[in-house]
Amino acid sequence: MTPPLTPAQTVGPYLSLGLPWAEGPVADPAGVRLAGRVLDGAGDPVPDALVETWDPGAQAFCRCPTDNKGRWHVVTPRAPHLGVNVLARGLLHRLVTRVYLEPDPDDPVLATVAPDRRSTLVAEPDGDGYRFDIRLQGPGETVFFDV
Amino acid sequence: MRDRGVHPPLDSPAYRSTALRHPQQPLVHLPHTVTERTGPQLGRLRPGALEHDLTRQHEGEPVGERITVSGRLLDGDGRPIRDSLVEVWQANAAGRYAHRWDRWPAPLDPNFSGGGRCVTDADGRYEFVTIKPGPYPWGNHANAWRPAHIHFSLLGRAFAQRLVTQMYFPGDPLFPYDPIFNAVRDPAVRERLVSRFSLDRTREHWALAYAFDIVLRGPDETPMEAAS
Repeated sequence: MTPPLTPAQTVGPYLSLGLPWAEGPVADPAGVRLAGRVLDGAGDPVPDALVETWDPGAQAFCRCPTDNKGRWHVVTPRAPHLGVNVLARGLLHRLVTRVYLEPDPDDPVLATVAPDRRSTLVAEPDGDGYRFDIRLQGPGETVFFDV
Repeated sequence: MRDRGVHPPLDSPAYRSTALRHPQQPLVHLPHTVTERTGPQLGRLRPGALEHDLTRQHEGEPVGERITVSGRLLDGDGRPIRDSLVEVWQANAAGRYAHRWDRWPAPLDPNFSGGGRCVTDADGRYEFVTIKPGPYPWGNHANAWRPAHIHFSLLGRAFAQRLVTQMYFPGDPLFPYDPIFNAVRDPAVRERLVSRFSLDRTREHWALAYAFDIVLRGPDETPMEAAS
């Protein structure tokens, strides 16, 4: 029997009333800074999104709302990859992706992704940290996973 | 796609904001690894004792119909998910959010911020005290109104269980016209978003009560390591 799972709904435009925490973006002040933007299918910034990262090794969870230019950042212990959730108005279910800081060519998940799209999952070194833009739609669309 | 027929399609044209925000490439099937099977423990996320009561965050009480919203957080096997964070946010009794972007001319309530958090107990139970939110207009289409709702965010116990949803109130006359509610295509599945009035849980001479159980998918995926 299929369990009566509760369906998802969008967070809507006012998620900042409920979801952000003051210390949400920083799991470890001594960690690595990962920053980027969330962009829509027209290439415009998404100012009402929330990005969450999860590192199972360090048990580190970060959460950051985007600003009016679609920018977000987290500071988290260095890890080969992080799980990523994206929530926003216009997303009827959370999107799941991954960000690789140190991509391993033998990584079993990367291996399931078409070679020409793998770069959308790889963060670029940027100063002291990394940059990772999330493109919801269109050219360079980030790979999202069915989990 | 996993949980097919439960969650609304990301491309739901009647809800206009999906147009430029839904991925056009198919989702890539991800066998679960430790990243998906684990999730954040409460630790520093643990809310304060009063954060579940949205009527006691200011000097005075908010205007509106005082209610409790309570229920259980369960997994797909019917097991309670204990010690898990539940977060809510909502409009005030007039249908206005205490958010700088919400500009429609309904009154703000200086005694209502509209955000709350709590943690499930050993039986997966949660409870909030709040006021019933009002419906409000939005710009999706001509004369568009959202049915009254409370936003819910659940972490579950694994990253793969993450869910955000909205809880509605029984018998809302706006249901047939709302593209977000109706983005869940199956009427029987959609009904799972509607809370139930509970006379049993009312607090006599104090608050009406609505019951809303939330079921997250189970930790039932074959892990990648074991499958290979």
